[in-house]
Amino acid sequence: MNDLWAGLSQAFWLLATLDADLVEITLRSLRVTLTALAIACAIALPLAAFLAVRRFRLRRATIAVLNALMGLPPVVVGLVVYVFLSRAGPFGVFGLLFTPTAMIIAQVIIVVPLVASVAHQSLRELWSDYHDLLISMNATQLQRIKALLWDGRRALLTAALAGFGRAIGEVGAIMVVGGNIDHATRVLTTAIALETGKGEFAMALGLGFVLIALAIAVNLAIHWLGRTESEGRW
Amino acid sequence: MQMFPLVAKGAVVRRRSKVLVGPVDLTLGGQGTSIVIGPNGAGKTTLLKMLHGIVRMNGGSLDWACPLDEAQKHQAFVFQTPVMMRRSVIDNIAYPLRLTGIARKEARARAADWAKRVGLGGILERQATMLSGGERQKLALARALVREPQVLFLDEPCAALDGRATREIEEILAHASESGTRLVMSTHNMGQARRLADEVIFVLQGRIHEFSPAADFFAGPQTPQGRAFLNGDIVE
Repeated sequence: MNDLWAGLSQAFWLLATLDADLVEITLRSLRVTLTALAIACAIALPLAAFLAVRRFRLRRATIAVLNALMGLPPVVVGLVVYVFLSRAGPFGVFGLLFTPTAMIIAQVIIVVPLVASVAHQSLRELWSDYHDLLISMNATQLQRIKALLWDGRRALLTAALAGFGRAIGEVGAIMVVGGNIDHATRVLTTAIALETGKGEFAMALGLGFVLIALAIAVNLAIHWLGRTESEGRW
Repeated sequence: MQMFPLVAKGAVVRRRSKVLVGPVDLTLGGQGTSIVIGPNGAGKTTLLKMLHGIVRMNGGSLDWACPLDEAQKHQAFVFQTPVMMRRSVIDNIAYPLRLTGIARKEARARAADWAKRVGLGGILERQATMLSGGERQKLALARALVREPQVLFLDEPCAALDGRATREIEEILAHASESGTRLVMSTHNMGQARRLADEVIFVLQGRIHEFSPAADFFAGPQTPQGRAFLNGDIVE
């Protein structure tokens, strides 16, 4: 219990003094996570809409695989990305290992199935409403996908937020491919792991509270921007 | 462009080996209003959707006087339960125009004009899902008519509407018909059928039992089932 109070006071102190290290790793956490989320959404949302409107032979299997990949172990993803980006790997020539770019790649791989699956659930329901109407209007496949993405945008926000939650709290994969290097690849989660390893529980808890506050703040900001709770909107 | 006649020969729709409609042999000319009547489950909705092309046929043929892709561009469908896109009233009506590549500004201007014609001019920016049943049906009509289709299919557009809303919808339909739009509509309301029909298609168990001018049908149906239906008896 004492550790919790110490953690809270540490978090308050770090925030009140705008601790330089905290600001640096917080900004890096946000940069890595938001970049990964943007890339993941650019891949996952059109994919989800495509799976909703298009019927093809392996569609069910694709959806099943996507759902299964939601539970992808991050450490394994980190390991695979590590192998690909290591000097002896196929992409070793780019020198991306132990850089924020490597962390972004790993997070994209982890987040895409989650965002695509959650988005697909929403868009599938919307498509069942729109199916006859859009076919009746002679809409092309691309026009159908665009209509679903636009009209389902507020439901898709939930999918994006789920992805954000997964990415901001991720530690296994980015520890492996980022290396937790001070002033280079250290982010909130890897810093927490480091402080815990050192036995600095108050500092670790302090960083943890900052992480939770950050996640809540971003969620609230996105909800407010999207006005998801406004009457008569979506 | 000449779309009619629409000729169906032995057209059949099956689902899980059960025949929903057909075989249907039917020739629709290019003028007037055809009213499809029949008891619940007779196949009216499936027949309309088949003619419109949103239900796939499992046999027979359906031919317009023009190429199919051209015919598809010049027809529209109003569903029994109108589908409201998650957009404003004006954006709902403008959507079919945007699909054809018309610029947003022009599409919205034309949509606003159609909204006024159907009595939705005062609520252009309201979210469509917030509309009442009558307003939804008017929006669906405006959205269908905005592309000025040559043929409009309507599946019980006045079901669950009160008398006033029904009259307003009928006025819009009468105006569309006068403007040259061919109407093919199903209804359970025999009063409405008498008011609007130029010809009647009586459907029972997925088949067309009678297809005759409205005056002839209402004066005396040719089949016992038609007579029973008109008398309000239970027909199966």
